[in-house]
Parts: sequence; C-alpha cells; structure tokens
Amino acid sequence: MNTLVYLIPLFPVIGFLILGLGRKSLSKTLTIFLGCGTIFTSFIISVVLFLNVKNHGAMDVHSLFTFIQSGTLKIDFAFQVDQLSSLFLLIITGVGFLIHLYSSAYMHEENAEHFARYFAYLNLFIFSMLLLVLGANYVIMFIGWEGVGLCSYLLIGYWFKNDNYNYAAKKAFIMNRIGDLGFLLAVFWLVNKLGTVSYSEVFATAHQLSTFDVTAITMLLFVGAMGKSAQIPLYTWLPDAMAGPTPVSALIHAATMVTAGIYMIARSNVLYNMSEFTMHVVAIIGLATALFSATIAIKQNDIKKVLAYSTVSQLGYMFLGLGVGAYTGAVFHVMTHAFFKALLFLAAGSVIHALHHEQDIRNMGGLKKKLPITHLTFLLGCIAISGIPPLSGFFSKDEILAAAYAHNPIYWVLAVVGAAMTAFYMFRLYATTFLGTYRGNSEQASHINESPKSMTIPLIVLAILSVVGGLVGVPEILGGNHQLHHFLSSVLVSEKTHHMPHNTEWMLMGISVTIAVIAILFAVNKFSKKPELNDAEGLGKILSNKWYVDELYDKFIVHPLNNIAVFFKNVIEKSGIDAAVNGVGKFVLYGSRQIRLIQTGQVGTYILLMVLAFVLMVLIWINDGYIYRFITNLF
Amino acid sequence: MPISYYLILAFTLFTIGVVGVLVRRNAIIVFMSIELMLNAVNLLLVAFSKMHHAGVYAANKASTVGTDAQLFVFFIMVVAAVEVSVGLAIIVMLYRNTHSVDINFLNRLKN
Repeated sequence: MNTLVYLIPLFPVIGFLILGLGRKSLSKTLTIFLGCGTIFTSFIISVVLFLNVKNHGAMDVHSLFTFIQSGTLKIDFAFQVDQLSSLFLLIITGVGFLIHLYSSAYMHEENAEHFARYFAYLNLFIFSMLLLVLGANYVIMFIGWEGVGLCSYLLIGYWFKNDNYNYAAKKAFIMNRIGDLGFLLAVFWLVNKLGTVSYSEVFATAHQLSTFDVTAITMLLFVGAMGKSAQIPLYTWLPDAMAGPTPVSALIHAATMVTAGIYMIARSNVLYNMSEFTMHVVAIIGLATALFSATIAIKQNDIKKVLAYSTVSQLGYMFLGLGVGAYTGAVFHVMTHAFFKALLFLAAGSVIHALHHEQDIRNMGGLKKKLPITHLTFLLGCIAISGIPPLSGFFSKDEILAAAYAHNPIYWVLAVVGAAMTAFYMFRLYATTFLGTYRGNSEQASHINESPKSMTIPLIVLAILSVVGGLVGVPEILGGNHQLHHFLSSVLVSEKTHHMPHNTEWMLMGISVTIAVIAILFAVNKFSKKPELNDAEGLGKILSNKWYVDELYDKFIVHPLNNIAVFFKNVIEKSGIDAAVNGVGKFVLYGSRQIRLIQTGQVGTYILLMVLAFVLMVLIWINDGYIYRFITNLF
Repeated sequence: MPISYYLILAFTLFTIGVVGVLVRRNAIIVFMSIELMLNAVNLLLVAFSKMHHAGVYAANKASTVGTDAQLFVFFIMVVAAVEVSVGLAIIVMLYRNTHSVDINFLNRLKN
C-alpha cells in the first residue's frame, strides 16, 4: 500500500493543471468538483496510508527517479513515509479538503475564470505542501518549501487589482526568500560536509560533524524556519498576508504552510539535539515571539489581524516546545492548532461573509443570535486556543508548558503570561464580535444571514476536531497514555523526556488553567458591555501600531535599501554603465566623422597619402638598419 | 661602373616622377611622370640583372642566370606602350569634351 504514496501529491497537481489551463472554459460546478475532489482523493489515500503506518509502523523510502547526480552526490526524487510525514499528510489533506469545500461557497461571487484560478492555486499549494512533508531529503523538501512560498504569494495577491494586496504579497515573498536563503545555505553545508542530503544518511552520519558545523547548519535551517513560520525578526509578513481571501489565511497562514518550519525542525531533531546553542536560540526566539505578538494581538481591531498575531504567537509556542526538546509537544500543538486556528479563521470568514466584507470588530457586536452556528464554533475555537480542558488546545499547550518548566521555570512563567494574554485577546475578540449589541444600522442588520451549508459543515467538523483532537495526546497523569508520543517516538528520537512529581504537574496545570479562566472572565466581562470603540492611547496606541516594528523596518531596512537602489540607478547605472556604453558609441561616431575628412575624393590626395605612407615605411626599414645592411652587404 | 650609380639615377628619376604626378595638374605631364617612374623601375631591373649575370658569365659563357629581369623589362615596355595608347585616347576624349587637360576636371565624371 505504501507504494501508492506518489498518488497523494499526484492528484492535486493534476487538479492544478486542469484548473489552471482550463480556467476560461470550466464552469463553477466543475471547478468545485475538480478542486475538492482531487484533495478528497488524496485525503482518502492519506488515511489508508496513515492506518498502514500505524499498524505496521515501518518507515520506508520510495524513490521515483534520480533527481540530481553529480560526482558522488546522488539525490533521489524520493518520498519518505513514516509516522511524522503520515500525520502531516492527514492534517494537510484533511484540513485542506475542508477549506476547499468552504471556499466553494466563500468565493462563489468571483467570476468563473478567477474562481478556477483560485482553486488551481489552492491545489498547487496542497501539492507543494505534500512534497514538503513527503520528501525523503532536504532538496525535495526545499522544492515544496519554495512551492508553498510561491503559492502563498499568488494567493495573498489573488485580488491583484488592489495595490496594497500586491504589496503584502511581495512582502511575504521577500521575507520568505530571506529565510529560504538560510535553508539553502544549510543544504549546501550538509552537501559539503557529509556529501548527502537524505534524512536517513544525514542523521546516521551526523556524529561526524564538528560542533561548529552542526551549530551553523541548524542555525541556518532555523533562519529558514523563521521566514516560513513567521518568527522574530521575520514575522511581519504574516499579519499582512491577511490581504488574501480568508480561507487562504486559514489554510496557508494558520494551519499548514506556517507550520513547515516546525515540521522541518522536528524532522531534523537529531541535528538540533547536537547543538545546545541552537536549541537555546530556538527556545528564546519562540518565547519572545509568543509574548511579543500576543501583546500586539490585544489591541488589534481587524478580526483577521487578531487571529494572525495569535497564529504568530502560537507558532512561537511551538518553537519554544522544539527549543526545550519537546518535539512531540510541538508537533501535537501543530495538529491541534491546525484544527482550532483553521476553525477560527473560517468562522471569522463566515462573519465577514455575512457582514459583506466588514472586518473591523468595532462595527460588529451582538452576532450571537444572527449567526448561531458560526458563534458556537467560534466559541469552541476560542476555548480550545485558550487551553481550557478538555479541549484540544489544553493538552498540547500543557505539554509544551510542562517541558518548558522542566527546562527552565522562567520560560514557564513567561509562557503562562503569554497563555493568559492569548485567552484575553481571544475572548476580547469573541465578546466584541458576538456579544453585546449590533453596532451597525438596522438596515445592515436585516441583511445578516447564517452562511450556507458548505461553509458551516467544515466549521462543525473542525469544531468537533478542536474539541476531541487533544485526546490523542492525553498525558499519563490524567489517565491517558499519550498515544501520539508513542506513535511518533521512532521519528522523534531526540525527544527529551522529563519526569516531574505528580504534585508539580498538577500545580502547573492548575495555575495555567486558573490564569486562563480569570483572563477569559475578565475579557468577557469587560468587552461584552463596553467594547473599545475609540482609538487606543498610551501603551495601547503602541500596541495597536504593532510596536512600530513595520515602521522600524521601513526606516532602517527598506528605506536604506531603496536609497541604495536609487543611488545605483542614478549614479552607477546612468553615469557609470550607461555612460560607458554610450561613450563607446559616441567616440566611434566622433572618430569616424574626423577620419571621413581624409577621404576628399581627390585622386591627388590619395596618391600623396600613398607616397607619404610609402616613405614612412621606408624610413622605418632604414631605422631598423635593414635597408642599410642590405645595401652595404650588396657592395 | 658601381651599381650605386644606377640606383641613384633610378631613385632620382622615380622621385621626379612621383613629384610630377603629385604637383602637376596637366594630364599629359602626369602621364609622362608615370612613364618616368616605369622607366626608373626598368632601369633598376636591368642594372640588377646585369650585376647578377656578370659573375656567372665570367665562369660560364653559356649561362643565362640572372637574365630574367631583362625579359621583365620588355614586358613592362609593352604594357606601358598599351597603357600609353589607352591613356592618350582618354586624354584626347577629355580634351574634346572639356577643352582642358586639367585632371581636377575629372571629378566631374560622377555626374
């Protein structure tokens, strides 16, 4: 059965080709059928594959053909099926299918050609993401890595007539490229030192690497992860990426693509475990991002921006988990986060859809009655992300928090502060949107209707997953046996297990849950009656302006770069290169104009010149003594 | 007689010819100057030929080594005669048309 693995990415790419090439002639119904059908087929195969791996457990690599062969370096186009990749396959195709289904209603007002273009991009994205997780070596992963970046660019700039959206798309692409450079350098480094890029060989021979090499490689890979997974300092593209359609934000910028960095580090856990330094950096960057973006999320008023910063913050938690060696916890959080964050985004999309593209939560309020299904699912998503038991977010976040405590209690304290902020801003968002009274006029209110079935069904499915998804990783202390941990143990071999007294564990859980509950009650109480409608002041103003990081980047990076570009354009290009090229032309023109004067058309002049030249030649000969010697020899 | 005499004479004639071509505008004079240059070359050919032949002739009276140049001279004289007849014909036609033998009138041919 595992030999059918190549079918999983094959279907989306076929879908992409048909939709992309036939977008002008396909009807919308056919587009939906093709777009969703291909992903659903992949999902079915992924499920079968997953069950197969679960029951038989063997890791195997399927090589389709030799991709690159140069000297001793041989890179196969190979897929690796193991516990980690099969789990990601399920998340990508499963959540991907639900979001495709949702999109079919959400995007229905687009005309047929652009509708098909949208689904083509989405299918291409799923294909790239599948390559990323299925690849059996870093090069195949890199193809997927670049592919998802491209699709992210295409989908953020989907409404390409809006310049701001194009700007956001470019920003995302360029930020990602900075990270990709790090990834690429790491791959080159591996090739140089080990002469191989395939996972099994790299991990088997990793002990030959010096500490410096391993640190450099892991740090460079982490730079790639920073770009793709939106960590400080390369995170600013993700909030701007909300310019894309909402289902895209749910799929790419919350559930799947941004978790590629976590997948990559979890996959390379053997390498990361060899470098203490990198692990510290990963943990600190993750924690800093988690806290920093949580503070920004508190003061955002765009429903999607809050969720975007929340995503950045949750990704920070995942990196914290990776940094303290809780690889399973990080992957677990990727999974639960994929459920509840996709849910939250889709529910937000449902709100936006119902309110005819209104995204400012200050203009919402009181939607609880109008949108019952959206309300309920959104609420479940909020509870899940806030880490309230027994919803999924609790288990995964608790595992990361416990590992952080075992590593360094200060990490734990900061992470709990971040978790409290998470609960606070999520329920600020919930209360401002759904509770209280509607703040639009009555005419607008009469147009608000619950979204169609193809949008609510994915919401319901994801809500159920958000509620029960955590049960695959119930820790021992709560009577479970952490199936996910056992399932992944053969891949995540460097997992740091920590044993704490049960009392401590109960205490940690109790504190984090209590704090989250207090934050929730406080937020609901505060914002359901009196939402913040005015512009923030003081510290709030700094937060609502995102700590002015974008302005800072503009001033210190973008502007100097622009100025350098202007300098190069005006000085180097115009007076350097252009001047040299034009100068050659002008010199030839001028020279020929002067030389042309010699040709008078008078035979006499030509003869004179001929004679003069002849005399000159003779003089040269004489100077050489040639003629002189010839004549003297003669006599 | 040393060959340098012949050489100096030939150079002088040739130079007179060159200068004549360059400075005179009368077509007939230019023509004569060209003949002068041809004959200067002829003189050189004959002189060198004689010089070469002299040494071999002393040893072997039947030898013809070094006499080829004298044959060339005849060729040149024939060619020069042909050229003169054509050239003079052109000059006659020129005179008929322009009532002048000034070579600077030749640039009007282009119209």
